[in-house]
Amino acid sequence: MSVPFSDKTAQIVGLALEVKGRSLWDDARRRLFRNRAAVVSIVILGAIALAAVFGPFFLAYSFDAQNYDIVSCAPDWWPDHSVLCNAGGSHWFGTDNIGRDLLVRTLYGARVSLAVGLIATLVSLVIGVTYGATAGYLGGRIDELMMRFVDVLYSIPYIFLVIILMVIFNRNFFLLFVAIGAVEWLTMARIVRGQTLSIKQKEFIEAARAGGVGPVGIIARHIIPNVFGPVIVYVTLTVPASILAESFLSFLGLGIQEPLTSWGVLISEGAAQMETAPWMLIFPAAFMAVTLFCFNFIGDGLRDALDPKDR
Amino acid sequence: MTGPILEVSNLNVIFSTPDGDVHAVKDASFAINESECLGVVGESGSGKSQLFMATIGLLSANGKASGSVKYRGQEILNISQPRLNKLRGSKITMIFQDPLTSLTPHMTTGAQIIEALRVHSGLPRDEAEKRAIEVLELVRIPEARRRMKQFPHELSGGMRQRVMIAMATACGPDLLIADEPTTALDVTVQAQILEIMRDLKVELKTAIVMVSHDMGVIAGVADRVAVMRHGEIVESGPVDDIFYKPRADYTKMLLDSMPRLDRPDRAGHAHVPALKNDKPLLEVEDLTVHFPVRGAGLFAKSRPLRAVDGVSFTLREGETLGIVGESGCGKSTLARAVLRLLPKTQGTVVWMTRDLSQISAGDQRRLRKELQIVFQDPLASLDPRMTIGESIAEPLKTLQTELSRDEIKRRVRKIMEQVGLEPGWINRYPHEFSGGQNQRVGIARAMIVEPKLVICDEAVSALDVSIQAQIIDLIVKLQTDFGMSMIFISHDLSVVRQISHRVMVLYLGRVVEFADRETIYKDAQHPYTKALISAVPIPDPKLERAKKRLKLSGDLPSPLDTRAQLNFLKSRLIDNADAEQYRPKLVEVAPGHLVAEHDPI
Amino acid sequence: MFSYAIRRLLGAIPTLFIIITLAFFMMRVAPGGPFDSQRRLPPEIEHNIKAAYNLDKPLYQQYFLYLGRLAHGDLGPSFKNKDFTVTELIADGLPVSAKLGLSAITLALLIGMTMGTVAALRQNKWVDYTVMSGAMIGITIPTFVMAPLLTLIFGVYGVSLFGYDISLPVGGWNGGALRNMILPVFVLSLGPIAYIARITRGSMVEVLHSNYVRTARAKGLSSTKVVIRHALRAAVLPLVSFLGPATAGILTGSLIVEQIFGIPGIGRYFINGALNRDYTLVMGVLIYYATFIILLNLAADLLYAVLDPRVRYAK
Repeated sequence: MSVPFSDKTAQIVGLALEVKGRSLWDDARRRLFRNRAAVVSIVILGAIALAAVFGPFFLAYSFDAQNYDIVSCAPDWWPDHSVLCNAGGSHWFGTDNIGRDLLVRTLYGARVSLAVGLIATLVSLVIGVTYGATAGYLGGRIDELMMRFVDVLYSIPYIFLVIILMVIFNRNFFLLFVAIGAVEWLTMARIVRGQTLSIKQKEFIEAARAGGVGPVGIIARHIIPNVFGPVIVYVTLTVPASILAESFLSFLGLGIQEPLTSWGVLISEGAAQMETAPWMLIFPAAFMAVTLFCFNFIGDGLRDALDPKDR
Repeated sequence: MTGPILEVSNLNVIFSTPDGDVHAVKDASFAINESECLGVVGESGSGKSQLFMATIGLLSANGKASGSVKYRGQEILNISQPRLNKLRGSKITMIFQDPLTSLTPHMTTGAQIIEALRVHSGLPRDEAEKRAIEVLELVRIPEARRRMKQFPHELSGGMRQRVMIAMATACGPDLLIADEPTTALDVTVQAQILEIMRDLKVELKTAIVMVSHDMGVIAGVADRVAVMRHGEIVESGPVDDIFYKPRADYTKMLLDSMPRLDRPDRAGHAHVPALKNDKPLLEVEDLTVHFPVRGAGLFAKSRPLRAVDGVSFTLREGETLGIVGESGCGKSTLARAVLRLLPKTQGTVVWMTRDLSQISAGDQRRLRKELQIVFQDPLASLDPRMTIGESIAEPLKTLQTELSRDEIKRRVRKIMEQVGLEPGWINRYPHEFSGGQNQRVGIARAMIVEPKLVICDEAVSALDVSIQAQIIDLIVKLQTDFGMSMIFISHDLSVVRQISHRVMVLYLGRVVEFADRETIYKDAQHPYTKALISAVPIPDPKLERAKKRLKLSGDLPSPLDTRAQLNFLKSRLIDNADAEQYRPKLVEVAPGHLVAEHDPI
Repeated sequence: MFSYAIRRLLGAIPTLFIIITLAFFMMRVAPGGPFDSQRRLPPEIEHNIKAAYNLDKPLYQQYFLYLGRLAHGDLGPSFKNKDFTVTELIADGLPVSAKLGLSAITLALLIGMTMGTVAALRQNKWVDYTVMSGAMIGITIPTFVMAPLLTLIFGVYGVSLFGYDISLPVGGWNGGALRNMILPVFVLSLGPIAYIARITRGSMVEVLHSNYVRTARAKGLSSTKVVIRHALRAAVLPLVSFLGPATAGILTGSLIVEQIFGIPGIGRYFINGALNRDYTLVMGVLIYYATFIILLNLAADLLYAVLDPRVRYAK
């Protein structure tokens, strides 16, 4: 193994011979992209997001422009011609019961719903990870106490609490994000705590301690990177749950208020007009269903990619 | 003389996986005769388990078997499940490696045995029950009637395996296939199980297949042996031929790699280095670690789990101390207490004349440089998200912060070479390597800070035999090169004896015997040590056959049971569960040879 | 076993206690009282009403009074429906909601477990994929989309199936008539069906690959016996753990379903109470639901211990 080079040359040659390793993330990414359902979902989701952000700029109508001449018109391609609008203009998704273009409203609803979903998930992520990691790392009595608290909250059908909160604090928009995020943090905390506990017991943590690494170093260098995987999976599954929660509240009249709109509001309006103008229900519902499907497929794909067991 | 019970010809097993086809068994052919024991030996990946899973029709869904398997002349490979079910469990039975997960957790042991009986023999319930008790007594389970009503998790590992054997022999099979039945068991328990199997072979005239990676086990039970490697049978023949006149290179290599209790110093292997001086580096005095365990029931107070109960020893410079014992003896806890990875309850640890509990936190951290540890499971002891280079560098970066990045990298590459790893692999991840290579990484990580003491906690127990030999040689070579002291912990007395200057035997957290490597074998005094020595399988059929078995009856005791410590000194036992029991003292029977008090055998 | 049960019961009591306290103080924290929206009352009358409802006593005293009445099962009067107490209102809506909920969970268990088992036995074949994708629908499409959608198809437009014209009522409970129950129960059970199917499949697959099932097969037992006697009981365990969250899900879902289909159950009282700031009603329903879930979780834990002997002796 000794080569008659100088030290420097040996260094260079050595560097050239260094093989790049295949990290677990690389493996996971490869597995994820082999999962067709997940890839298709990513594409579709991307398309919806792009349409939501940029779409309304390209459309002729604004989302709150009421036009009583074209109330409850079917979309241009509707088979039953008797309900079509004949006031000119092109409404691909039809109009609602006070003449607003549904396509624009759906896209606007997408903005709000996606935003609420992401922000609420972020809230639950921050609370859940901090809480869970602390409980898991500290262990012992503190862990027991903290998890007891979580168990107590788990016994309450959380949506009920949220509803009560929304009522008490009068449908505050900011509160909506926090409230929905607060619904999901419990499970996130549990997952993070479980992962932290199981990693804490692994031998490489002991090895790091034997190597003199202090608690901060262990948490930062060893625990957090290893907890990342399941957390990401759960985040992709929390976003649809948050969107659902927001829609649920909006449907009941407790969520997003006028003049803003979200898919939940649109569905609520659509359900009321179901018999006369079914398109008002179908389009927002379809968009929401597709989005949720995509998130779930991506989440499942991530779970399989990061921890491939016998499926 | 009837024909063979089982005749396998050109058996091939192929698994289709997402990464391609895996040819697990290649063209295997052999025969098993009545009342004969065939030992099948091989390392991991040899296909030995899959071969028999295929003969009994238990391959997983993605496996395909082709070829011929004849039971008493009848073809049974790939026949329909209903026809196979008539033979399985009654005429051809199989027992597996892990008895805890192999028994249904929600059925009592009695129910599971009776089920087998009723399905195959159609016995009415009460007769089946009687037969079940009979068969439990045959495998020497005491209080059989009571055990029948218990669930698997209430029994110890050894008992569960006996239940499995009972279940497999209840219907009087012609052939019993045992797939690594003792691998998960402690050495003394293993000896009991093997004894039972030997007796069953003689009493019931059952043919047995013993699949194992341990050539010592094979030497003790087999009449004929087949050696497998990468799916092929490389050699087969009578047991004496295989062991004394091996022809295949692989067989020779296996026999050579296997550590032998009676021959610790063999040619071609690294030898324990001579001691340079008598300077004591580490002095441990009365080290005690108790864990409070919450009692069962609503209001029970906590009892202490006496993991380590007063252990004392000194370690000299360059010396290797071997610590040997079975499950629950406290050897791993002891190691961690010495390194202060666990808090001790009592006692002192003095390192180079400094009491480790009296020094400042900063000094404690600095001392980590001198005391290092290598763990048992190579993959679990490495952070899967870090490259092996990063893992190896971590102690160096933490404990010698003054070094530059280039210097650290240079040292990492150097230590990698010294442990036999290509320096070019520095950016690879643990899951890309084999167990042996990962263990080298673990060793490199421990050695990079040039410690004065390295503790090896079952460092080779999870490795294949051939790899184990390489790693043992590596460890000894490193000791010669670096001049460090070692504490080598293992349940395997053969390995411990090969690598240590002095050996300490632990039982339930206490030292029962302490002597140098020759005396511990030639002049063992304590009954536990003798039983341990007797139980260790030696890969030498003649020796195994001639061995006088010193049996320990019953299960391994629990460290929670205070009376268990007096198992060998029953004359001083106070029969009260809460009383403070007498603690057997260590007596120096000869210079450097300490033995705990015990009743004469 | 007995001590295990007692310990779980004792553990549940503080939880209940915390919830009750939480409910009480939230009620008091809420801005605006039950009378703010009405006309301004003359001060003496307002004073008298407050006294009648104990609103003039110091907070901690009100708390203990509340606890005392709770112990007698008295949840207080409804602030809005002044002729009724909360308990009466709950008792009124309970049979309806119970019938709806029980039917839904039974249906969910039956369909979900069958789907999951079938998928597990035919793992990775097309049956597996179809069943699991179908289960996805239950998870992703929310109740308040499914309900109007199905009402549209079966109620408004009507569907012709096998020559029969199926037209279900668009709403109304009609005292629990079968035709009225079909849509609401089905819609309510969709979410749980999806989860139960997924859990059953996952758990069954895991159990079928376990070592003890391998031993059972090695004993020569037929596939049916292996599944029924050895696999099923262990595979059902995660479902038992899921009963708690499943019930919570059905309670949540019933809010929507009762609203959309106009079913006079407790859920509707809750929604209306929330919108009308009828605090006692809302808190009363919350406490009732929480107690129910806690007791159900307790029952599920005990059932788990019955099914899995290993748990009985653990701490």
